[in-house]
Amino acid sequence: MRMPEVDQAVLARRDAIVAALRAIVPGEGVIDEESALRPYESDALTAYRQPPMVVVLPETVEQVAAILRWCHDNNVKVVPRGAGTSLSGGSLPLADAVLLGMSKFNRILAIDYRDRVAVVQPGVTNLAITKAVEGEGFYYAPDPSSQIACSIGGNVAENAGGVHCLKYGVTTNNVLGVEFVTIEGEVLRLGGRQLEPSGLDLLGIIVGSEGLLGVVTEVTVRILPRPETARALLIGFASVASAASCVTEIIASGIIPAGMEMMDKPAIHAAEAFVQVGYPLDVEALLIVELDGPSAECDHLIDEVQRIASGQGAVSCRASTSESERLAFWAGRKAAFPAMGRVAPDYYCMDGTIPRGRLVEVLERISALSTEHDLAVANVFHAGDGNLHPLILYDANNPGELERAEAFGSDILRLCVAVGGVLTGEHGVGVEKRDLMPVMFSESDLAQQQRVKCAFDPQSLLNPGKVFPVLHRCAELGRMHVHKGALPHPELPRF
Amino acid sequence: MMAVHRPTTIEALCEVVQTAAAGGTTLAIRGGGSKSAIGAPIGGADTLDMTAFSGLIDYVPADLVLVAGAGTPLARIEALVADRGQMLAFEPFDPAPLFGETRGRATIGGVLAAGLSGPRRLSAGGARDHLLGFEAVSGRGEAMSGGARVVKNVTGYDLPKLIAGSWGRLAALTSVTLKTLPRPRATATLAIEGLGPEQAQAAMDAAMASHAEIAAAAHLPASDGAPAYTLFRLAGFDPSVEARCTLLPALLNAHGQLVRLDAAHAETLWAEVRDVTPLMNDRALWRILLPPSHGGGVALGLNERGADWLIDWAGGLVWACHNDAEMVRGMAHAVGGHATLIRGSEPMRARTPFLDPPAAGVARLAERVRRAFDPAGVFETGRFLDQPDAH
Repeated sequence: MRMPEVDQAVLARRDAIVAALRAIVPGEGVIDEESALRPYESDALTAYRQPPMVVVLPETVEQVAAILRWCHDNNVKVVPRGAGTSLSGGSLPLADAVLLGMSKFNRILAIDYRDRVAVVQPGVTNLAITKAVEGEGFYYAPDPSSQIACSIGGNVAENAGGVHCLKYGVTTNNVLGVEFVTIEGEVLRLGGRQLEPSGLDLLGIIVGSEGLLGVVTEVTVRILPRPETARALLIGFASVASAASCVTEIIASGIIPAGMEMMDKPAIHAAEAFVQVGYPLDVEALLIVELDGPSAECDHLIDEVQRIASGQGAVSCRASTSESERLAFWAGRKAAFPAMGRVAPDYYCMDGTIPRGRLVEVLERISALSTEHDLAVANVFHAGDGNLHPLILYDANNPGELERAEAFGSDILRLCVAVGGVLTGEHGVGVEKRDLMPVMFSESDLAQQQRVKCAFDPQSLLNPGKVFPVLHRCAELGRMHVHKGALPHPELPRF
Repeated sequence: MMAVHRPTTIEALCEVVQTAAAGGTTLAIRGGGSKSAIGAPIGGADTLDMTAFSGLIDYVPADLVLVAGAGTPLARIEALVADRGQMLAFEPFDPAPLFGETRGRATIGGVLAAGLSGPRRLSAGGARDHLLGFEAVSGRGEAMSGGARVVKNVTGYDLPKLIAGSWGRLAALTSVTLKTLPRPRATATLAIEGLGPEQAQAAMDAAMASHAEIAAAAHLPASDGAPAYTLFRLAGFDPSVEARCTLLPALLNAHGQLVRLDAAHAETLWAEVRDVTPLMNDRALWRILLPPSHGGGVALGLNERGADWLIDWAGGLVWACHNDAEMVRGMAHAVGGHATLIRGSEPMRARTPFLDPPAAGVARLAERVRRAFDPAGVFETGRFLDQPDAH
């Protein structure tokens, strides 16, 4: 993975940079010893590692503003980091950049049950928000599988999803306001406790901007009353095609389940071997359908979905009758990723989204690609919204396998785009899918997105090397006109 | 003499915009014209008529996705999805009657550019949450697109969020990709009669904190002999709606007696809330967005100052008629909200920015974002009273 060229002049100033940061954040908040930098060298996409030049862990908004202002004035790059659980390398450090860690912003500032909001600092974990409000019967809906560790600031940066976003939306649908600091060190507030902002929806573009537009220092999220009941169905099918048509029929009947997950045979077997929750092993595809709401609704919809499933040729169907049984149904799905660790030394998780109607065709082609690249693949995915997570199994110790896995992954993502889908449904572009962006966007579309970046960060100091495959200078983008896909400025570095 | 341009292809639209940008002309984007009386009166702009970009492009009900030309009438889209048992869940509405004009001209592009959503926004999300993707021509005169046709997508910046509610200041929309949703099988409306705004707010707060899964909640004050109604809409599958029709009266027992309205009466009242029909008059009309618990208090304050009003979104939206801009905006700001001037006399609109001005730093950033799409200010018609450096 090619990253922006290291600026030796910045490295030569390292001592002065460390001293300047120490003047802003005293004590242990600045880390510059080589051994202490190691824990920050990657996020959850561990295939890519790079120790940062220096780590700074501010505790106040004033410190964040002073750090960014100093870096801006001194032309030093900044990589923001939340809990470091990104699966796309969103917080991969740069050798010549300051890594700005937000882990000390870990306080819940306010909870208001009448406005149904929680105001939290960005380092608060996703699950901690729910824990803080569950005593009053509320919860925070988006639930990425890393929710025990991932921070809400990182969720905002990545527009994180989760298994329940089919019904309750992703992060952007559940965030009402932020306080954020620009690269120039200006503290701005967007949105608030009301449902919509006045004027341009800048909050809408901050969410999912992968740390390229500013550093969020406070988040106001919507909290919801927890549904009265939740029940799940575990439905086995003799073919992926019949499971996929069951998904389509459920949606067509007007039911929006809280979650609807599919696993293919390799994923079912790996998960069952790992957690032994009683998944059927004689089926080709397994659906987990969760329904929530008033108990009358759950009971009614459980019957409806069972009726639809048997009409689509389900070979087994179990409805949860207790909370422990419901959780057992989910335990296998939630363990699917770690379970792969017992099947292969390494796995590579993809994240494309496709129109639901193309599911069967895409899975068949992924299977063909698996043969072509001679690497096994297991599929778990958010079937309700067409968000695939093919897990490519490989062994990094075998020369060339990582590269083959990456090539296989690229082919899957190209396939997703070719059928009308997208490169990433919830994990973000980061460094991982950066070079595939031109598969989905024309040169002029990418240029327009970079002009938005330039409006926030004209010197491209915030998280460079992520999201965009070509590093344009903002002044040139301002003048640029692209005609019929011709590539302007071929002299600019591509990485 | 101000010209009217009606391009029929994206290429022709690019040329119109490029020519205007090069010649220092400004363009007022126009769909059906149903919102042309919003904002400062426009003097010297050419009209960019987008009605040629009309028609259904693709609709896959099973994927819950619809693609249509931005100039397609809203009414046509609503009829199309209704035919398939679906709906635009953000409940857009045609504001023409607010200006004494006939309904039916509003286009889907105009609705999204204005970010207008109705009562169901409370539970289903707003226009911003249902715009999955778009195609447009930017102020640079370049064809561009954003988003995609799948519900779950984090590839690149979320430009559809920026476009929804941008009032045509970034780009002229040519097509929109929308999320559609199944129409609920059953709907019921329960109401408490005779509450004041703060009592109504307390009842709505209690309902929203409950398991009753309120689809919409609004309050209409008493008028012309009709009592005040605090309305709760429940929607979903029959057994669930019936169960909640039993649950909610028990939950709200302390707030008053809930009665189930007959369907036709309920439909009339919800249409009044959505279309703001009780406030069709000659006074200035404000759309005030608030932290929801403050809806009743703000309505009471406005009432004491002689305003007519109604409450939607369980308190998160107050519609009010009053000619004192400073007073209305002051009340909204005091609780962290903001107020949009939807209707006003020409002199009032000429001096009062219709969008509540944001803090200076945010305004500077928004200006930079606008210039990223429209460097020459070709869409800066003077309607917004906030662009000192545009021509």
